[in-house]
Amino acid sequence: MNENPLDLLPELLVLAGAVIGLLAGLFLRRERQRLVAWICAAALVAALGATAIAAVRPDMTAFESYSLDLLTHVARATVIVATLLLIVLAAGWARGSSREAEVYVLIMLASLGTILLAGADDLLVLVAAYLLASIPAYGLAGFAKDAAGTEAALKYYLMGAFLGVLMLAGVTLLYGLSGATAYEELGERLTTAPGGAVGLGIVLLLAGVLFKAGGAPAQFWVPDVTEGASRPVAAFVTTIPKVGAFVALLRLSTEVFDGADTGWRPLIAVIAAATMTLGNLAAFYQDNVRRLLAYSTISQAGYLLMPIAVAGRSELAEPALLFYVAAYALTNIGAFAVVLAVGEDLVTDYAGLARRAPGLLLALVICLLGLVGTPPAAVFVGKVLVFTAAWDGGYAWLAVVAVVNTVASVFYYLRWIRPAFRHVETDAALAEGGARWIAYAAALASLLLGVGAGAVLTAGFTVS
Amino acid sequence: MLSTTIFLPLLAAALLALPQLGGRTARWIWVSAAAADLALVVVMWLGYGGGIGYEERLRWIPSVGAGYHVGVDGLSLPLIALTAVLFLACAIYPLNEKQRPRSYAALFLFLQTVSTGLFAALDLLLFFVFFDLSIVGMYFVIVGWGHGDRARSALKFFLYTFLGSLALLLGFIGLYLGGDPRTFDIVELTRNPPQAGALVLLAVAVGLAVKTPTVPFHTWLPPAHTDAPAAGSAILAGVLLKMGTYGFARIAMPLLPGPWRQYAWLIVIVGVVSVLYGALVALAQENIKRLIAYTSVNHMGYIVLAFGAAGLAAGNAQARQMAITGAVTQMVSHGLITGALFLLTGVLWDRARSYDLGRFGGIAAGARTFTLMTAVAAFASLGLPGLSGFIAEFQIFAGVIGTGLPGAVVAGGLSIIGILITAALLLRVLQKAFLGPPGELPVSETQPREVASVAPLLVLSLIIGILPRWLLDLIEPFSAALVAWVGR
Repeated sequence: MNENPLDLLPELLVLAGAVIGLLAGLFLRRERQRLVAWICAAALVAALGATAIAAVRPDMTAFESYSLDLLTHVARATVIVATLLLIVLAAGWARGSSREAEVYVLIMLASLGTILLAGADDLLVLVAAYLLASIPAYGLAGFAKDAAGTEAALKYYLMGAFLGVLMLAGVTLLYGLSGATAYEELGERLTTAPGGAVGLGIVLLLAGVLFKAGGAPAQFWVPDVTEGASRPVAAFVTTIPKVGAFVALLRLSTEVFDGADTGWRPLIAVIAAATMTLGNLAAFYQDNVRRLLAYSTISQAGYLLMPIAVAGRSELAEPALLFYVAAYALTNIGAFAVVLAVGEDLVTDYAGLARRAPGLLLALVICLLGLVGTPPAAVFVGKVLVFTAAWDGGYAWLAVVAVVNTVASVFYYLRWIRPAFRHVETDAALAEGGARWIAYAAALASLLLGVGAGAVLTAGFTVS
Repeated sequence: MLSTTIFLPLLAAALLALPQLGGRTARWIWVSAAAADLALVVVMWLGYGGGIGYEERLRWIPSVGAGYHVGVDGLSLPLIALTAVLFLACAIYPLNEKQRPRSYAALFLFLQTVSTGLFAALDLLLFFVFFDLSIVGMYFVIVGWGHGDRARSALKFFLYTFLGSLALLLGFIGLYLGGDPRTFDIVELTRNPPQAGALVLLAVAVGLAVKTPTVPFHTWLPPAHTDAPAAGSAILAGVLLKMGTYGFARIAMPLLPGPWRQYAWLIVIVGVVSVLYGALVALAQENIKRLIAYTSVNHMGYIVLAFGAAGLAAGNAQARQMAITGAVTQMVSHGLITGALFLLTGVLWDRARSYDLGRFGGIAAGARTFTLMTAVAAFASLGLPGLSGFIAEFQIFAGVIGTGLPGAVVAGGLSIIGILITAALLLRVLQKAFLGPPGELPVSETQPREVASVAPLLVLSLIIGILPRWLLDLIEPFSAALVAWVGR
């Protein structure tokens, strides 16, 4: 039995950042609210340090319901770094807003929920984390109080609430079948439970997790929220919840589903194929880069589901998923940072970028080709690992489907890059510096993570 | 030293990113970097002592047994040398458009690193990294500095070759999973070929065939060539196409000997069809650049034919070895000659903004050097003795027919017809555009820079044609090893 609250120090630090930020926001004058961003950033940096310290300790379970292992550590680190980048991105946008402090606080809380989602080792913690990860995000989606944002928030909320209820039903059913909510016990007891009922429970449980992951058939909210909400919020909803959702899914599949029955593997594989194909096909003729990135994020969710289907069968599944999700988060934020820096939403508005801002175009090219999986960017290593894991685990056909999808995806990413070389006279100014620096940093980091993949992966394995 | 050769151009490209750098300085940095790289390659060639030379290893992704592993042998050294020569030629060649000379130079330096790295790579994933980056680099050359319907051609080029590269990646994963122990290291896999079947060969072969390109995967090539800038076409045809055939000799044949032997006849047929189809379609072209692009399909077909013949285990081993030597020589020879031809078409575009064969005429009267260079390149291309194309093609035919198998004799015989057709079409170009009555578009004499970039390529072709021993001595040990690997 381990009930030391300090084991949750990174989570507590994020929470402290949110709470102190909220309190400070109440007292600060409007033009001084930027201080809250600094408070949140400081809390995140401290949390990152605490994660690094926690990562060298042996694996254990805290409070019998929260895992402290490689999965949690990587999810913590990824979410914290991504949140840090997002706070910078959001700061430029939220400046001067009457509710500036709330933006940062909501981002912090939703990120905290995401981390908890990844670490949850008990269905009840999973549900609580789901709610904490979702509800602040609904608020963020409608934050601008304009028509598009309101519609986005409503759609996001309705889908989230509906799928969350289905997930609760699944939790209830699984509890009823096994009398347990802790993953380990569940996995043991479900082996003797009636297969059909367990299958239904798993499917219902998947509803909520797939909503957070943006996977089919729970992906309908993604394009509308990405287009309707403000740009930093769009970057948030397409990046951070995914980290938690996929790590949670990996944990569920190895600890719970695997004991239950074998029907879930083909199910996940089919969902993966459907998700990537739907996302890619829909992205083809999008003229709005935010919708384009939204569909791209759906297709990426498809690739990320591949290692889940072979979790426990191929030893590459776990490193593949962890590496891919971290690489994806970094690259996707980079792409959104370019959108923020340029301040335009239509593909045609990127015409002449080669002359206007060659550095920014280079960052965009690195990020978009990174999303395609062009070496040596980080997602390339993720893709190789994911394809290899899928083939190794007996799903070679899924690897072929993913390759065909990857080729198709090149088309729409290039549609965005191509106009940049057209020569046009424009006097449109670029947005302020924060987003631009994040774009450069994310592009560079994605390259470095790809080249240094070996070091990162080796470090991960020697620790675990 | 090898890594220095690979990454020196990239370093120079990074240097070009410095702000406040003029176009002239950029060109100067580009030429010196390319010249320094060529000097390094010459030093490496002189110091090479057989086997795998200048080997370097670093860990990259140890969890899947992939690393940075480079080295040179009788196959890669000639191609690395070709790369250095062609890129230097492109650096010297005058820039058509005065647009963004800095980015242009940086892009070519990037491509040079990628190409050199690919020919030096001894790890499947590393090979794939360079293979993929070559597509990215060339895409931006075409979309940024091409002409005509460049955006469309560039997109077609990217999508098509990217599909090929991903098929290749699947094949590599298959090789990795079939290996024991699992690794991406080419040297280890060559020593101990992985358990992989026809499907893996199919994936690898399709990937390489798109890049080569062979019929029926060649359709991306003519538009890409036509709309690329002259230097871009020269690199695309001279260096990038070789990546496909290089992959056959480096990966497909030694790593999949069983399936290769099993499907050798199919490969022979693909080679023959590419030879004849490429030549016939070239004959029908009115656009000079498209015409040269299609002769590439024809010339690369000879290489595929030779590789197919090398897999005919029943055939005479010495003949098969000769076919491979011819194929490697052909890679070098085709790179020099096509590189020269494409740079020469750039002169036409620069003067007349047209490639239309019907609108040129009597160029010889006003532009003697230009005519002379084009004539030499054309004769080299059609395989005239005394030039490098002859050495290459003669060995290929002698090897293919020398295997003694009736089918191979027929294939060799049919392919010789290809030479006849290319001779006809190149003579037709010479006659129509250079000799005869003056045409509608005037073409002025070449500038010194144009001569300085094209002439060395032709001189090299001539040297190989007259004194080929120094090159063949380098290639032959590799051919012997390859025949032994395929025979396992």
